[in-house]
Amino acid sequence: MPDSFKKKLKLKVSAINNGTVIDHIPSENLFKVISILGLQKVKSQITFGFNFESEKMGSKAIIKVSDVFFEDDEINKISLIARNAKLNIIRDYEVVEKRVVEVPDKVIGIVKCFNPKCITNNEEITTYFNVISKKPLDLKCKYCEKITHEHQMVIK
Amino acid sequence: MKKKDLISITDYSKEDYLRILELAADFEKNPNQRLLEGKVVASLFFEPSTRTRLSFETAINRLGGRIIGFSDAGSSSVSKGETLHDTIRMVSNYVDLIVMRHHLEGSARYAAEVADVPVINAGDGANQHPTQTLLDMYSILKTQGTLDNINIFMIGDLKYGRTVHSLLMALSEFEKPIFNFIAPEELAMPEEYKLFLKEKGIRFFEHTEINDNINHADIIYMTRVQKERFMDPIEYEKVKNVYILKNNMLKDTKSNMRILHPLPRINEIHPDVDKNEKAYYFTQAKNGVYTRQAIISHILNLK
Ligand SMILES: [Zn+2]
Repeated sequence: MPDSFKKKLKLKVSAINNGTVIDHIPSENLFKVISILGLQKVKSQITFGFNFESEKMGSKAIIKVSDVFFEDDEINKISLIARNAKLNIIRDYEVVEKRVVEVPDKVIGIVKCFNPKCITNNEEITTYFNVISKKPLDLKCKYCEKITHEHQMVIK
Repeated sequence: MKKKDLISITDYSKEDYLRILELAADFEKNPNQRLLEGKVVASLFFEPSTRTRLSFETAINRLGGRIIGFSDAGSSSVSKGETLHDTIRMVSNYVDLIVMRHHLEGSARYAAEVADVPVINAGDGANQHPTQTLLDMYSILKTQGTLDNINIFMIGDLKYGRTVHSLLMALSEFEKPIFNFIAPEELAMPEEYKLFLKEKGIRFFEHTEINDNINHADIIYMTRVQKERFMDPIEYEKVKNVYILKNNMLKDTKSNMRILHPLPRINEIHPDVDKNEKAYYFTQAKNGVYTRQAIISHILNLK
């Protein structure tokens, strides 16, 4: 990468001292990721950018959150909508750890059950799925016991 | 102690099944046992089902319990828009046990989470109806003397028929069952159940018509082929008369063979079968009362 380009990128998304950088988020899902992680309630500084060009995914988004370090179960929630998201853990301006997101064994909330006759689509109930396959993603509803396949997935 | 809700047949282990079947035999010998004296049971039929409701309410009465509830949602606060959550929270304060039927799938599992008292699922839409499965098992045990090595023919709608799916799961817990499926292509046993049997190394065969293949059967389990399941009415017309069991088909069947049906039937069992000693479906329904007495006693630790 030429230095001039690196500089430009830095200008676009300012560097953080301590915290977490979440990269490779599909641009269209940026706001869903913000909402799933509850970032709107975070008091520290957050910068995000989207519609960055990405060779792999066309258009990507980046979030930089100062002074916040996520637990695995917390960050894995975004795996459903940001399958290839990568985390850089920053301490003192240095990347001290890189992580990828993983599909969890249980998905609570986030996804709608595809079955219109399911109680969760007819009353105010948090959905709950057991992940029975991670690739392709198959979610079995705890309530109606039907399987929501990846191509039927709708994010709440 | 964790409450013993019965929502799905797979919530229970083989030990639970055997315990309930043993209790059912005891209630058949001696149906009036006032074990529920002083207790109140809610019978909440958000969706009407006279057959299932009467069976449960008879079971509760024979145990000496009292019943509150409603037989269809139209006559309850539900018609005023009360949520399932609120109805269950309220009723759960009044009673020792809830029996419920609801047209939405997963409603019973949800109710069990909301309620402080045990919940018995008496049918949640096309999902589960576990007490039917237990009474089917009791009927098989009673007529065959065992639940091991049963050769069962399941005939009719094997795609949407929840009773055959649950019975398949339950029988798979016992020694070497053999499953035979007879259904039109549109209503064939779903792949997930065939895969389940393959993984457990259980034998099964698929057929498209009823012929002398049924001469191997210990149990013939008939289900309704319902018109509304077909996208194309012509397809229904083609198959509706293929899966009718008639008396003359039964002459070379095994002497221990018995015919089960969850009822009500439409035309899939010809009335001329009713006189045959192999017709067991009306006794099967009667077994439902003993089985439900047993389930209630098991759940509330009454015996
Ligand atoms: Zn569901």
